[in-house]
Amino acid sequence: MKTPPQTLDDFMAVALAMENEAVDRYTEFADMMETHNNGDVAALFRTMAGYETKHAQHIMAQMGWTAAPAVPRERICWPGYESPEAAPVDEVHYLMQPWHALQLALAAEQRAEAFFGELAAMTTNASVRAAALEMQAEEAEHVGLVKAWMAKLPPPDRDWSDDPDPPRYID
Amino acid sequence: MNELAPLATLGAADFKSAYKPIWCPGCGDYTVLSSLTKALATIQRPPHEVAVVSGIGCSSRIPAYTSCYGFHGVHGRALAAATGLKVARPDLTVIVTGGDGDGYSIGGNHFMHACRRNVDMTYIVMDNHVYGMTKGQASPTTEPDWDNKLSPGGTGIRAFHPLVIALAAGANFIGRGFSGDPNGTAAIIAQAIRHPGFSFVEILSPCITFRPEQKGWKEIVRAAPVDPTDDPALAARRIMTDDGFNIGVLYAGHRNPYPARVGLAERSVAELEREFEL
Repeated sequence: MKTPPQTLDDFMAVALAMENEAVDRYTEFADMMETHNNGDVAALFRTMAGYETKHAQHIMAQMGWTAAPAVPRERICWPGYESPEAAPVDEVHYLMQPWHALQLALAAEQRAEAFFGELAAMTTNASVRAAALEMQAEEAEHVGLVKAWMAKLPPPDRDWSDDPDPPRYID
Repeated sequence: MNELAPLATLGAADFKSAYKPIWCPGCGDYTVLSSLTKALATIQRPPHEVAVVSGIGCSSRIPAYTSCYGFHGVHGRALAAATGLKVARPDLTVIVTGGDGDGYSIGGNHFMHACRRNVDMTYIVMDNHVYGMTKGQASPTTEPDWDNKLSPGGTGIRAFHPLVIALAAGANFIGRGFSGDPNGTAAIIAQAIRHPGFSFVEILSPCITFRPEQKGWKEIVRAAPVDPTDDPALAARRIMTDDGFNIGVLYAGHRNPYPARVGLAERSVAELEREFEL
């Protein structure tokens, strides 16, 4: 991990950026699935975007912000190019099922939990550590919720990606 | 005295249209669209002062997905249309978008001469090394050994090197982005728009349908380990010797842009008609 935020404000701005990127990605996924007539998965991604929006609003309210503060790129401290809470854009499929969507969400929550845990261990600022631990606990709770949700869904069929009219006619 | 109220700050969402993209789910072009709208939010020019011009192909659908003025033109001719637009309306920010087939094959000649003319605009190419819209034919940037049923054993033809061509032809700004790094790519696009003259940004944007192995690009792209240079000879050496996966601003030169002048578009229709009289 790069240098952790030095102040509580900076830390919360990074946490907010993480949530907002997750909102954008889930919204993007929901739009993709709607366009490809995969309504169940679109609705699920829309729901996930709603949850992340609430998390973002919670941070805004906690900090008394009316607009998201800009986070310069050099202050982004998460590993990799994208927010740990944003699922990679290339991990969706037009025939994916709700179980797959939750699998993506689970991985995202687990990455976020690990990120906050690592940040809490690295920071020397007590208020940042306390906030990071609080976020880590919240993410752990989300991991549990997604797992419980997945347990209620049937696992995907073995041939879930079979398409009788595939785009790849050259195979 | 009335004072104009300050314009509200524009966000990325202000540059998105109500149309939802119809790309394959997982396509790299989704995040390129996101990068473009973030870059425009950074620039803070309102959508009606920006024109997005494209040719034909999956990535060329982008103008419809923005709230800016858009022109979805003829295959390979986006740069020609955009050049005319920018010369006639130098007050607009002109952005050209397309893919590797549209830009380097059908529009290859326009690409070279747009670099040479150095009109102040930004050309974004979403390069996936394949013709995706027409179902997976080899494009100019396809690796010579890419084996598929349409070119068994690969084409055997050396891949086109767009960044080197752009530099040799006179592009004033050259960058490479990766769709898996939307924030970094947005920063490169914003820099490209602000840089005077012809700015060329190649974005590695995987085609998950016809080149699923390109998902592996996220494991090999890395930030270019050098600062941008304004020395074309140094840039040429760097670009010629990299493996195509260094991302960042690779060259930012000082050539003066083509001197388009405000006012050229103000002639009357009758004056223009007279030019067409036989």
